[in-house]
Amino acid sequence: MSQDLKPHAIATFEAERKPSAAEREWEEKTLRPTLEKSGERPADFTTISSYPIRRLYTAADLPDWNPERDLGYPGQPPYTRGIHSTMYRGKLWTMRQFAGFGTAEDTNARFRYLLSQGQTGLSVAFDLPTLMGYDSDHALSEGEVGKCGVAISSLADMEVLFDQIPLGDVTTSMTINSPAAAIWAMYLAVAEKQGADWKKISGTIQNDILKEYIAQKEYIYPPEPSMRLVIDTFEFGAKHTPKFNSISVSGYHIREAGSTAIQELAFTLRDGIEYVEWGMRRGLDVDDFVPRISFFFNAHSDFFEEIAKYRAARRIWYKTMRERFGAKSARAWALRFHTQTAGCSLTAQQPYNNVVRTALQALAAVMGGTQSLHTNSLDEAWALPTEFAATLALRTQQIIAHESGVTNTGDPLGGSYFVEALTDEVERGAWDYIEKIDALGGMVAAIERAYPQREIAEAAYKYQMAVDSKEKIVVGVNNYVSQEKPLDTLQIDETVATRQADRLRKLRADRSNDEVERRLKALRKAAAGTENTMPYLYEAVKAYATLGEICDAMRDVFGIYEEVAVT
Amino acid sequence: MPDKKIRVLIAKPGLDGHDRGAKIIARALRDAGMEVIYTGLRQTPEMIASAAVQEDVDVIGLSILSGAHNTLCPRLMNLLREKGMNDVTVLIGGIIPEADIPALRKAGIAEVFLPGTTTQSIVDFIRNRIVAPAHGL
Repeated sequence: MSQDLKPHAIATFEAERKPSAAEREWEEKTLRPTLEKSGERPADFTTISSYPIRRLYTAADLPDWNPERDLGYPGQPPYTRGIHSTMYRGKLWTMRQFAGFGTAEDTNARFRYLLSQGQTGLSVAFDLPTLMGYDSDHALSEGEVGKCGVAISSLADMEVLFDQIPLGDVTTSMTINSPAAAIWAMYLAVAEKQGADWKKISGTIQNDILKEYIAQKEYIYPPEPSMRLVIDTFEFGAKHTPKFNSISVSGYHIREAGSTAIQELAFTLRDGIEYVEWGMRRGLDVDDFVPRISFFFNAHSDFFEEIAKYRAARRIWYKTMRERFGAKSARAWALRFHTQTAGCSLTAQQPYNNVVRTALQALAAVMGGTQSLHTNSLDEAWALPTEFAATLALRTQQIIAHESGVTNTGDPLGGSYFVEALTDEVERGAWDYIEKIDALGGMVAAIERAYPQREIAEAAYKYQMAVDSKEKIVVGVNNYVSQEKPLDTLQIDETVATRQADRLRKLRADRSNDEVERRLKALRKAAAGTENTMPYLYEAVKAYATLGEICDAMRDVFGIYEEVAVT
Repeated sequence: MPDKKIRVLIAKPGLDGHDRGAKIIARALRDAGMEVIYTGLRQTPEMIASAAVQEDVDVIGLSILSGAHNTLCPRLMNLLREKGMNDVTVLIGGIIPEADIPALRKAGIAEVFLPGTTTQSIVDFIRNRIVAPAHGL
């Protein structure tokens, strides 16, 4: 990286700091007498990531700050102020509530309800068997069908999921990773049946396998073949679905696993770098495929730390794309991201407090310039949300959008001494990690050595100790505790598993099993070779091969991954 | 005679990969002087029961966040009884609706720890429960 693009020096330490004469006078005449007389609260003045925060930020904390270079303007490099010139005056963020439970019918009804309430995009939560590539009637699926999301075992289920929802008009995000290519093939098949033009449909598949090894742990195959499948979708998407995001590089789960804000940022961007490197090795042009890479961050409770994180993310990605990969298109430079408020910050105790937490977190995401947002529901420390709770979460976004006034201007906090200094520090912290992972030989190598996994486990343990010792206060949990009556939560119908099993039995009886066998054989052959697997997956799903059969075919070729657990 | 350490198996049954809680508990119990074995992810009740016998543990701590507890826990308890592990203390931590707790206790689960539990209270619970003289604690 060239010198001028490095984050400028920051006066982190008191000794390097050069306060102005006026600031020194304030310290002497105003601050010191107060400190001597009454001092400060015995609180821990650090972010939720334990990052120390100064008493006051002034020009002395931005000694080399050059607003034209470091801040710029919205829609222009280095994108600190956001990626659109008009920001939310031009277009609000997409309000995209993650939903899914029970059977495809159950979730289809929830989707249509949410769209009728003003939601502007869909986001599918799949159940654990689907995420792990097992059919609903597999032995390991017992007890899990339809619990954490919707059960999708074949194209037949996918057709029901999007029944009466025009895929040409809505954008759909799908939280699916290891089986992403197969699930995406099902979505494309539904779009085709509806007569929607692939060139125009838009949405996102999460498809971020690296963070699965790092944090979320829903992997099937080892890293190498998994990365190959991801690049297959990049290549296929660049050709056939120019508006579909072929990946959502996710820090969300890294943060939920207990990382700090800086770790979330650094590991996510380094994952992004890894995907770009693999894509280029396939021979793809950065300016073609990188614009279809989107990101996904957490919105945790420390308001300013989160805003600094989003601003720093855009700056790092811009510098990386331009300097490291030589991207020429502004669409490759500009980091677009989805945000979800922090599930791990929700408390089971006094659940109504979660509405307030979520509103503050969502506000940080908006002030940080997010492109789309999911707000969690108040009851999610207990169960998947009820319709009442999910509606309130959506209303929270609508209040921020239409009543708070923060959407009237781009990057409303730009130029704040504190926000600019913190943005610089978060950026610098992330670069340190990115350099460390480069030195380890990249992210796949770092994962194999459990480096990010260990860093996250360490941070998670430290945070838990800080909460246990009340060094960090969690309202309603370790302070301000009160008795309360239990919440009414969503009950998942226990007949989901049997209904799914019946449907699968019928599917296997009605389809042409010879055709399925032929398609799976062709898929196995493609997987064992170097051809792009997407066309083969597409043909297999169209023949109504089940997700389990498809994933098993690839398990035969790729093998499975088992991690060495770090505790 | 030296004190025998309390032996704990921390297990993640089911398909869920959210292991933050399991790993924190494993480390906290280890820091409290217990011998902790962590199974890793995606253990069937059969695998957990076999590991418990093989490792001769005093306590099994299950971490479940996926809603599969009503299926997985009774099955594990039956398997433990079949293997003659009647004395083992089985604990659950995770996302467990309060309405499900009575049935889990009836199945033989000693305690259910809900979100917000401190690691110290789990350490204390185990120490109070495991007081067999053979363990010298």
